Amino acid sequence: MNILVCVKQVPDTTSIKIDPIKHTLIRTGVPSIVNPYDGYALEMAARIKDKTGGKITVLSMGPEMAKDTLRECLGVGADEAYLISDRVFGGSDTLATSCIISTAIKLLEEKNGSPFDLIFCGKQAIDGDTGQVGPEISEHLDRALITYAYESQVEGDTIKVRRESDEGYDIVAAKFPAVVTVEKTPYEPRYPSIKSKLAARKATIPTLTSAEVIVDENRRGLKGSPTKVKSTYTAEVQKNGQTISGVEGSAAGAQLVGLLFDAGILK
Amino acid sequence: MILDEETLELRDMVREFVNNEIIPNAPKYEKKNEFAAPILDIAIDEMGLGCLCQPEEFGGAGLSNVAFLTLSEEIARGDLGIATTLFGNCLATYPVLIAGTDEQKKLWFDTLTEKKYAAFCLTEPNAGSDAGGVQTTAVPDGDDYIINGTKCFISNGGIAGIYTVLAVTDPKKGVLGLSAFIVERDREGVSIGKEEDKMGMRLSNTTEVIFDHVRVPKDHLLGKLNRGFKIIMETLDHSRAGVGAFGVGIAQRALEEATKYAKQRVQFGQPVANFQAVQHILADMAIEIECARQAYLHAGELIDAGAPYKMESAIAKTKGSDTAMKCAIDGLQVLGGYGYMKEYPLEKLVRDAKILQIYEGTNQIQRGVIAGCLLKKY
Repeated sequence: MNILVCVKQVPDTTSIKIDPIKHTLIRTGVPSIVNPYDGYALEMAARIKDKTGGKITVLSMGPEMAKDTLRECLGVGADEAYLISDRVFGGSDTLATSCIISTAIKLLEEKNGSPFDLIFCGKQAIDGDTGQVGPEISEHLDRALITYAYESQVEGDTIKVRRESDEGYDIVAAKFPAVVTVEKTPYEPRYPSIKSKLAARKATIPTLTSAEVIVDENRRGLKGSPTKVKSTYTAEVQKNGQTISGVEGSAAGAQLVGLLFDAGILK
Repeated sequence: MILDEETLELRDMVREFVNNEIIPNAPKYEKKNEFAAPILDIAIDEMGLGCLCQPEEFGGAGLSNVAFLTLSEEIARGDLGIATTLFGNCLATYPVLIAGTDEQKKLWFDTLTEKKYAAFCLTEPNAGSDAGGVQTTAVPDGDDYIINGTKCFISNGGIAGIYTVLAVTDPKKGVLGLSAFIVERDREGVSIGKEEDKMGMRLSNTTEVIFDHVRVPKDHLLGKLNRGFKIIMETLDHSRAGVGAFGVGIAQRALEEATKYAKQRVQFGQPVANFQAVQHILADMAIEIECARQAYLHAGELIDAGAPYKMESAIAKTKGSDTAMKCAIDGLQVLGGYGYMKEYPLEKLVRDAKILQIYEGTNQIQRGVIAGCLLKKY
């Protein structure tokens, strides 16, 4: 079993503030963490590896300091790590990013001599919240895609996933090679062990630059990014619901039926 | 001393575990009077905190003593019972590290890895501070020894899969007639007696361990025949610094809890932290804690450097445990009436702190050790 997990270093949004005038994140002095959904993705991969054996590679794109994030991953189940880092990749939007990452994945697969059986991504990063990079990677690589995985199970060359949807849960399966984006799992990521933490400190993390990850200059960086941010704002949550309270259960039920009739939902 | 980056990283990693798992959950187990197995499972199976003195060549992390002691403080900050359970494994392991052959070390670490817990069996009803008063016997019989006797107050006694045991092998020679053995729990004749109902350290398993005609092969003898007392004394010299670190952990927790409370508690129209009387209590706690922390780190540095550390280890133990007692009591005072209630953690810290002045050599015995070193030196 050969698994790749894509991870992103993000600012810890629990300690982040939003600039009230510019509506942008105030990033100074904010600690960086592994994007939590990527952490769940790695744990899902690690649980598969616990059962089937194999190897987990983690891949990230970002500045040199993103190696801290990769090192953290090496402490909790990953076996090797690569960082894609080059100034010419700076300013990439989700499309350019997914294009660069996919090219790097192909490079690693060439090196391994076979495609990754599974590629895991978090469902989205908590800084940009777009949720686009994972699905885009599956498009670039032309692989099956399952999004919002909550739990998963590997049988032979198939991954079976319980995924979250607006209506409830779907059970879907895909044959390898496949891309899976991961939701908050019902279990927490494992703690690192003392030994894995010490080994991760000493691990060498190769940097992949534009010399190896060859992407047309029109498909990388600012030039390769069609996304234009017109404005950003904090969305206001609209509460349309109505609460019935202060009455007995049976009376509340009758009241609810009345309201549903009035709204034309019950006829 | 200043901790290196590696030690700081390990400390932060263990601190996160302590803050997320031990501090919120340990009180639930204490209330139910239940062993905190799920927390210990994470610590041992997931994080590898089961035997932090395990050398690299036998599958351990090979930590420095400074790092080991730093992590001891962190875990005790969460819960002393859990810390005593985890580091009880190390206490039992030291005699094997000090005097064991490679085969014995392999047997020890293989069993410990499989069974998770080990226990150090020294204390007996008539052999506490006077370790020479041991009455358990080991009598040669063919290729074996037959061990008979009852050990009491044994940490991890009821959960251990393997023990180090001190027994009399020559009754005429006093402390020079004692030997140390490895004994597996599943040998015929090993049984668990009474489980103690303790004032504090409730999450540590403390029992009698009974050896009734227990047959162990001669290759279970640690070091030379009749040289067990020296092994045990060296073990205690080493482990004492760890008790000092436990004390600092408890004192640090008391300081954190008291400071947070003082900032919230409003009396006379303002937080009590604004009052100098309260501030001075907190400052005095911080002074004691910093001194005690440096004392155990210094002992750790000496052990790592291969320098003599007997006196410094005893100083670290005494200072750390006295600091725990003082800071727990003073921290409770800051919380006033609420500090006396079980709803807040201070009363538990007071109950836990007390044992540190008693176990692994009472603080009176420690002062004897320190004085002995002084009298030799000057």
